Amino acid sequence: MSAEREVLLDVKDLHVTFGNGKKQFEAVRGVSFQVYRGETFGIVGESGSGKTTIGRAIMRIHPTSAGEILYKGNRINGKISRQLDKQIIQEIQMIFQDPMASLNERAKVDYIVSEGLSNLHRHMSNEERMGKVQQALSEVGLLPEFASRFPHEFSGGQRQRIGIARALIMEPECIIADEPISALDVSIRAQVLNLLASLQKTRGITYIFIAHDLSVMRYFSDRIAVVYKGRIVELAETEELITHATHPYTRALLSAIPMPDPIKERDKKLTVYDPSIHDYDKNPPKWQEMRPGHFILANEREVKEGFGESRETDSDVE
Amino acid sequence: MVNMNQEAILSVRDLNIKFTLRGQVLHTIRNVSLDVYKGESIAIVGESGSGKSVLTKSFMGLLDNNGFISSGEILYDGKDLAKYKTEREWQKIRGGEIAMIMQDPMTSLNPLKTIGEQIAEAVRLHQPDVKGKDAVRDKVYSYLKDVGIRKPERRYKQYPHEFSGGMRQRVVIAIALACNPRILICDEPTTALDVTIQAQIMRLLKDLKAKYDLTILFITHDLGVVANIADRVAVMYAGDFVEIGTAEDVFYDPRHPYTWALLSSLPQLGQKGEELFTIKGTPPSLYKVIEGDAFAPRNPRALKIDFLMAPPYFEISETHKAKTWLLDPRAPKLEPPEGIRNLKNLEVLG
Repeated sequence: MSAEREVLLDVKDLHVTFGNGKKQFEAVRGVSFQVYRGETFGIVGESGSGKTTIGRAIMRIHPTSAGEILYKGNRINGKISRQLDKQIIQEIQMIFQDPMASLNERAKVDYIVSEGLSNLHRHMSNEERMGKVQQALSEVGLLPEFASRFPHEFSGGQRQRIGIARALIMEPECIIADEPISALDVSIRAQVLNLLASLQKTRGITYIFIAHDLSVMRYFSDRIAVVYKGRIVELAETEELITHATHPYTRALLSAIPMPDPIKERDKKLTVYDPSIHDYDKNPPKWQEMRPGHFILANEREVKEGFGESRETDSDVE
Repeated sequence: MVNMNQEAILSVRDLNIKFTLRGQVLHTIRNVSLDVYKGESIAIVGESGSGKSVLTKSFMGLLDNNGFISSGEILYDGKDLAKYKTEREWQKIRGGEIAMIMQDPMTSLNPLKTIGEQIAEAVRLHQPDVKGKDAVRDKVYSYLKDVGIRKPERRYKQYPHEFSGGMRQRVVIAIALACNPRILICDEPTTALDVTIQAQIMRLLKDLKAKYDLTILFITHDLGVVANIADRVAVMYAGDFVEIGTAEDVFYDPRHPYTWALLSSLPQLGQKGEELFTIKGTPPSLYKVIEGDAFAPRNPRALKIDFLMAPPYFEISETHKAKTWLLDPRAPKLEPPEGIRNLKNLEVLG
């Protein structure tokens, strides 16, 4: 089914390096994936894996050091024309993790939500702008009169909605949601996820959904890429990835999902990923398609013999 | 699992806690009673603002200045902690008897001291029988090893910024252990951490509980994470426990509509393409007197009586009780929502 779908975003061998001179750190080490229009593409990994950096590189917040990012066939990393820059500012938007930190405390909601608009359409009249703000607010389930309030008057869930309204007002085609629910309560989480899902239905927005929690991913994403230390180690459609998880790191992530079942939870074996099981010095891994649409980073021996059993923890890890 | 004849290490009796805020009185803990048994781990689950942190802070005299216990008792070791007033009295309880692990390991360590120094401080304060520099240092090494930090000799001299989030939380746990407490309160210890690290910390807490003979009070908003660690679960709503039972009781046979709602909204149980269950509305304002069942305004299937009269506890079994009129013999029989009826046979991922 994936063959005919339109590729909205094509990331090819992306590298992002921080620092310069002797102290260099390569946060993203050769990542390639495609995002289809209208889907939810999940990027999952632990803190420090580079998942956020990938999102930010697409947003042009971090400069790339090698590789290409193509949006609708046009390269958008590195130097680009001012017109294309304007286009992607409008068409790719971001929702941030912590709604307590990502809103300007000294600005009213009205300003926060419409800031992007006034940067892009300087000729817009005040009434027109206000109308758009109110429409965006009601779309995310907030009252229009909230426009004249300050962020501190809102709860965490409401603030995240303001963050979503700020992205929506630009009428984006693609939204990068960087852990949009990790800072929220469980009951609020469900509300925000439902909101994001319904916006996708009505507007056909493409999401790149970044999270550390595979249980949320499983519910929300169409395809999932598992990132470990700056590389994608496994990529597949959600159900395929959950049922046929192959890479030991993916399996470790799956085993860590807490389930609401006390008897099973108590006997659960926690698997921990130990990168030393690979013999990548002699036999470097390649990005290969194992089954249709299911990609994995492995070397020849691992493809033939499998990764072996992952060990159980002795809590002396990390 | 939990034997009702067990000895209670901490007993809360009809506790009321109020805050004065801008001339108004906020009634945050409403007539709460709870027995914490020796050696168990009990999870207190509720939304933000339900009062779960306020309740446990009151066990250590850590209420904010505008908060006070208006009535009730907190019985610990034959003493009523609710009557404690001075810092000097509380110093005997804090750390040595009841210790606490806070939510965010990024802010609960001193960035200017090495982590070894911070653990040693707790050892010197709370374990006077450990004398001499070397003895203290060895003790610190053993705590570091116990919380799963390798190469303690090297780690001793490092500062918090050299540790990752999960490792810092381990250090915080080591400090709590060094106080030699009987009760360990864990206030959302894994909320700020990754899922993989969360699973490791939970396992660590479980191991340490056995090794140090601890009683654990575990606070969280996420029912999903406590199935692993909790012997008993107490569900809090608007400053009161609406359901208390063993983990099996609460997960396999939940009775209160609020517990149903909390379980239903877990993304682990969500079916792709379908809406996740959400709890409508917001928790009640604690400035006002709450009439009837506090959850009724948000409960689409609330009964008429829920709005008129607060339900008492109904006992379902020796270990399980809930505050809802649904358990009254005259109430209509309502089944819990479909998604959570079969948690026992849930397909485990992976």
